[in-house]
Amino acid sequence: MEPSANSTPFQPAPDLDPGQTTTQPRLVLEARGLVKHYGHVTALDGTDFELREGEIQAVIGDNGAGKSTLIKALSGAIIPDSGEIYLDSQRVHFRSPIDARKNGIETVYQDLAVAPAMTIAENLFLGREILRPGWFARLIRWIDKKKMLEEAIADMKDLKIGIHSMTQAVETLSGGQRQGVAVARSAAFARHVVIMDEPTAALGVKEGNMVLELIRRVRDSGLPVIIISHNMPHVFEIADRIHIQRLGKRAAVVNPKTISMSDTVAVMTGAKSAAELSPEALAL
Amino acid sequence: MSEQSGTTQKPRSLLDRLPSLTIMGPLVALLLAVVFFSLQSERFLTGQNFSLILQQISVVAVLAIGQTLIILTAGIDLSVGFVMALGTMVMAKFAVELGMPPLVAILCGMAVTTAFGFLNGFLITRFKLPPFIVTLGTMNIAFALTQIYSRAQTVSSLPEAHLFWGNTFSLGDAVFTYGIVLMVVLYLLVWFFLSETAPGRHLYAVGNNPEAARLMGIPTQRVLLLTYTVAGFFYGIAGWLLISRTSVADPNAGQTENLETITAVVLGGTSLFGGRGVILGTLLGAIIVGVFRNGLTLTGVSSVYQVLITGILVILAVTADQLSKRRS
Repeated sequence: MEPSANSTPFQPAPDLDPGQTTTQPRLVLEARGLVKHYGHVTALDGTDFELREGEIQAVIGDNGAGKSTLIKALSGAIIPDSGEIYLDSQRVHFRSPIDARKNGIETVYQDLAVAPAMTIAENLFLGREILRPGWFARLIRWIDKKKMLEEAIADMKDLKIGIHSMTQAVETLSGGQRQGVAVARSAAFARHVVIMDEPTAALGVKEGNMVLELIRRVRDSGLPVIIISHNMPHVFEIADRIHIQRLGKRAAVVNPKTISMSDTVAVMTGAKSAAELSPEALAL
Repeated sequence: MSEQSGTTQKPRSLLDRLPSLTIMGPLVALLLAVVFFSLQSERFLTGQNFSLILQQISVVAVLAIGQTLIILTAGIDLSVGFVMALGTMVMAKFAVELGMPPLVAILCGMAVTTAFGFLNGFLITRFKLPPFIVTLGTMNIAFALTQIYSRAQTVSSLPEAHLFWGNTFSLGDAVFTYGIVLMVVLYLLVWFFLSETAPGRHLYAVGNNPEAARLMGIPTQRVLLLTYTVAGFFYGIAGWLLISRTSVADPNAGQTENLETITAVVLGGTSLFGGRGVILGTLLGAIIVGVFRNGLTLTGVSSVYQVLITGILVILAVTADQLSKRRS
């Protein structure tokens, strides 16, 4: 599927008026003025962030720009020193990734948080197994393997990544298929947002494309996706908007369909400021 | 059970089946040993002898349940046998010298072994100490406490309750002890726990990839602490089995059993790297050790050869484990 075939459910805002509210799609996840210090290092210096419904937003930035810290704050892995995070316009305070997960934000981690010796079905339900009905089963936490297998088959069928048996150990899968399992797990459990940290970093070309395709399907199923990546071609292929993080702040949000890759890199490295870009290139 | 979506199934290589190979290897070794010893001695393949082998392995087998749970979490426990010995001493002396009701004394002994398991788990999870070193330390502590408390004296004239598991019943021409039944029941219960319950699966996940388990919301430290504690409880049960079998509490008990538990676990195909293995494999491993010991004794071979063969089997099993780990 070529990127131009994407059915973007909204158009980039045609004007630059920051005060516009009526034409903007609903914000699913929003951060205002996030600050995070590590000792003397300021990782986040008042970052804003906005994720719209139905979009794939890429977060890019140089090393040390604070993109990982931003994502960690959004996924609950760190607690910001100050600033606010809103999920569906409700103020939220995440104290752990588990907290964020309970609020419907699922994260796919770069180092593939799977247990390789366990089966695909078990990995999909790891930590939230389906129990058999009845008080005794609840008491001893007796898992319903049959139901988990059926649901695993249903979840993975939509993804079309060529896995045949859900009772296969994850270690028998290729890197892309493992990433597929991790993506499927998040898509199955997320209610609001899926965050993906470098989902294609460890993969070859073909497998990388397969995972990009998966990410699109997650978006098309109605879940907005935040993706962090160093791979510019992948970012431009998949993102609806690109959040450029620089020196702990949001430098710009740009539209990959109207901005060049070189201008994007220029903003990322500070060679150009957002004000120097053409208005069509911006997407805020 | 599988979802076929048009494309051909990728052929499963030998590597995919290695986990089952690690269990098939010992099974073949066991069958060969049984055939060999049956040809060498007509007393070997009898119900009576089979019962004897099971009695001989029951203590090691129950200790090895705890060891298996711990090794599945990628840990190890070197204190097993010594903690059990301390437990048996408490069970015996509390009843014989303090005059406690026998069952209360037994429960006290089991509480001591459970407390030692908890101590191991606490030191490992709270201070992030390596299990090898922690349990090496508690092994020495348990040994010293046993010697001090018993003044290196064996305690005998134990009450009836202490000897309960040595009671027997007949099945055909074979006589089985209650202890054998207890051993089998415990293995079935732990098998069910490990394969059919959420906490059991979490134990595998913690051993297989602790970081993934943590990110998926599994309280990994609590799983570890509970595992060591429950293992300590099994050492208590093993202690009761031991005094039922020997009718005494011996301060020097448990020393050979200590490493035999690890032998049984490894022969049973459980990976020392954690997260892989089945509990029934450990029972198989214990039976292999028991069959070799028993068979060599029956054929009049010096027991040193039994030690030699066990050592070779362990190294073969660990090598298979390492190879399958490297390739995956």
